[in-house]
Amino acid sequence: MARKQSTNKKIIVTILAWAIGLAMFFPIFWTAVAAFKTESDAYTLPQNWLSTPWTLENFGIVQDRSNYGLYIRNTIIIALLSTLLGLAFAIPAAWSMAFAPVQKPSIAWSGKRWLATIFGTAFIVGLVLYAMNWDLTNHAVIGFVALVIVTLPVTLWVFSRNTTDALLWMLSTKMMPPAGALIPIYLIFNRNGLVFKDWGWVDLTEWNLIDSFWGMVPLMMLLNLPIIIWMLYTYFKEIPGEILEASRMDGASVWNELTKVLMPMAVPGIVSTCLLNLILAWNEAFWTLNLTNKYAAPLSFMISEYSSPEGQFWAKLSAASLMAIVPILIVGWFSQRQLVRGLTFGAVK
Amino acid sequence: MATSHSQSLGKWALAPSLAVLAGWAFVPLAIAIYFSFLRYNLQNDNTGWMGLSNFYYFFSDPYFLKDLINTILLVFFTLVISVVGGVFLALLLDQPFWGRGIVRILMISPFFIMPTVSSLVWKNLIMHPVFGLFAAIQKFFGAEQPLDWFASVPLLSVIIIVSWQWLPYATLILLTALQSLDEEQKDASEMDGAGAIAYFRYIVLPHLSRPITVVILIETIFLLNIFAEIKVTSAGGFAGNLTYLVFSQLNDANDIGEAAAGGLIAVVLANLVSYFLVRIVGKNLEA
Repeated sequence: MARKQSTNKKIIVTILAWAIGLAMFFPIFWTAVAAFKTESDAYTLPQNWLSTPWTLENFGIVQDRSNYGLYIRNTIIIALLSTLLGLAFAIPAAWSMAFAPVQKPSIAWSGKRWLATIFGTAFIVGLVLYAMNWDLTNHAVIGFVALVIVTLPVTLWVFSRNTTDALLWMLSTKMMPPAGALIPIYLIFNRNGLVFKDWGWVDLTEWNLIDSFWGMVPLMMLLNLPIIIWMLYTYFKEIPGEILEASRMDGASVWNELTKVLMPMAVPGIVSTCLLNLILAWNEAFWTLNLTNKYAAPLSFMISEYSSPEGQFWAKLSAASLMAIVPILIVGWFSQRQLVRGLTFGAVK
Repeated sequence: MATSHSQSLGKWALAPSLAVLAGWAFVPLAIAIYFSFLRYNLQNDNTGWMGLSNFYYFFSDPYFLKDLINTILLVFFTLVISVVGGVFLALLLDQPFWGRGIVRILMISPFFIMPTVSSLVWKNLIMHPVFGLFAAIQKFFGAEQPLDWFASVPLLSVIIIVSWQWLPYATLILLTALQSLDEEQKDASEMDGAGAIAYFRYIVLPHLSRPITVVILIETIFLLNIFAEIKVTSAGGFAGNLTYLVFSQLNDANDIGEAAAGGLIAVVLANLVSYFLVRIVGKNLEA
C-alpha cells in the first residue's frame, strides 16, 4: 500500500517537474527551432513548425551580415584573458588569505581616528589648492589628483585590515553599481581625454580605450575579481593546513609547497572558478553595450544589433542567438554544481 | 601555523589584488564626485562649477521619480517571483523522480543565456502581438486582439524576462541548500507524526532562511543594475530604471555632470543593500 502510494507520488512529481522544466526551457528550444527555418516560416511557427522545411541558410547569413567569426573571437579573447589575468591576481591573494591569515589589523586605529584622518587629508589638500589659487574646474587633472590624495587614507585603511575585513571589503567592491562607474570609466577610456587632457607632460593624443581589448580585458577582470578571489578562498580553505605543515617539515620551499603540494589539490577549485568567470564574462552586457561598438565588441553586442528590425529577421535573430549561447550553455551545464559557491560568495555550499 | 615568513610573503601576495580593487573602487568614485559638481557637457565642455545643481536637476527630471519607482517594482516583483518560485521548484527537484538530472539542466539553463539574447527572443518570438507564442496561445483560447506586451505592459514584460533569468539562480541555490538538510530530521519528524506542511514550516523553512536571505541580497544587487533587458527591448521610455536613466543622460543628453550625479545616487542605493549582505556573509565567515 505504502509503496503504491509512493509510486503514485513519484509519477505526479515526475509529470509536474518535467512540465515546469520544459516550460522554463521552452524559449531556448523555440529559438533553436526558429534558427533552422526560413524567414517566412519563422513567422508562422506556432501553427505548423513540424511541417515546414528545415534549413541551414540562416547561419551563413548571420556570418555574412554581422561577421559572427569576429564577435566570437572577441568574446573568447575577452573572457579568456580576463579570466587568466584574474587568476594571476587571485591565486596569490586567496592563497595568502587561506593559509597565512592576518589576525590583527596592522594599524589599530579607532573608527573616529580613521574618519579624522580622511577628512583631515581632504581638508588640507583643499586648503593648499585654495591657497595656490588653482582653478579646479579648468584643470581637471588637479581635481583628479586631489581626489586621489583624499582616497589615500582610505587605501591605507584597506591595506591594514585583517583577513576577514579584507575579504568583506573585496566583496563590497562587487556591489559598486555600474551606473555609478559608467561616467568615470567612459571619461578615462575616452580618446578626448576629458580627464587627462591637461596633462601636458605626457602625450595622450593616441589614448583611446573605448572599443579596445586594452580597456575591456582589465575592466572585465576587475568586475569579477572579487568573485574569483572569494571562490578560490573557499576552495583553498578546504585544503587541510597539516599537509602544508608536513611538507614544510620535510624542508619544502615555499615555491615547492605551492607547485607540488598545493596546486594539484587546488586544481578542481581553480577550474570551476575559471568556468564561472567565463560564464560571467561571456554574458556581460552593460559594459560591452556601452564601451564597444566594432573592434572589440563581443557577442552580446552583436545580438543587440538585431534589436532594430529590418524586414523579417526572426530566423536570423534566432540563428545568431543560438550561436551566441550554445558554447556557454554547455559550459554552464557542466559546472552548475560548482557555481553555487561562487555565486553566493561561499555563503551557501 | 602561519610562520612570520609566510605572513610577510602573504602580505605581498595579497597586495596586488587589494591595490587594483582599491583603484577600481575609489578612483571612479572620486572622479564621479568631482564631475557631479561641474557644469560639464560633451558638446560645450566644461563651463565651471555647478554646486549641487546637478543633483537638483537629476531629482527634478520628470523621469527620475518614474524610473525610481520602476527600479523598485522591478526588483521587488522579480524577487517575489524568484524566491517563491525558487522555494517551490527546489522542493520539487529535491523529490526523487525519473529524469531528475535532465530536468535540473532544463530548469537552470535560462541563467546561462546572455541578457541581450533573452530580451530579444522574448520580445520577438514570444511576446510579439501578432506572430508571438503568447499571441498564438491567446488566439487559441479565442482572444480577438492578443495583448501587445511591450506596448501595453512594458514593465511587466521586463519583469517576466528578468524573472525567467533569475528564477533558475534562486532554484539552484535553494536546491543546494535543501540537499544539505539532514535526512534523519525528516525521518524523525515523520516518526513524530508531523505532516508535510508542519515539516515544511518548522524544519525546511528555518533551514532555508539563510540561503533565502543570501538569494534576496545578491539578486537585489544584480537587479538594481538591470540594463541590457531595457536597452535592447527599447523599453527605456516606459520601463526604464535608474541605471537606464544614467545611461540616457550620458548617451542622449551628453550631460556628464548630471549623469555623474545620477550614478552617485545609484551608488548610495546599492550601498544600502550591500551593507546587509556584507554583514550576513561576514557572520558566515566566523561560523
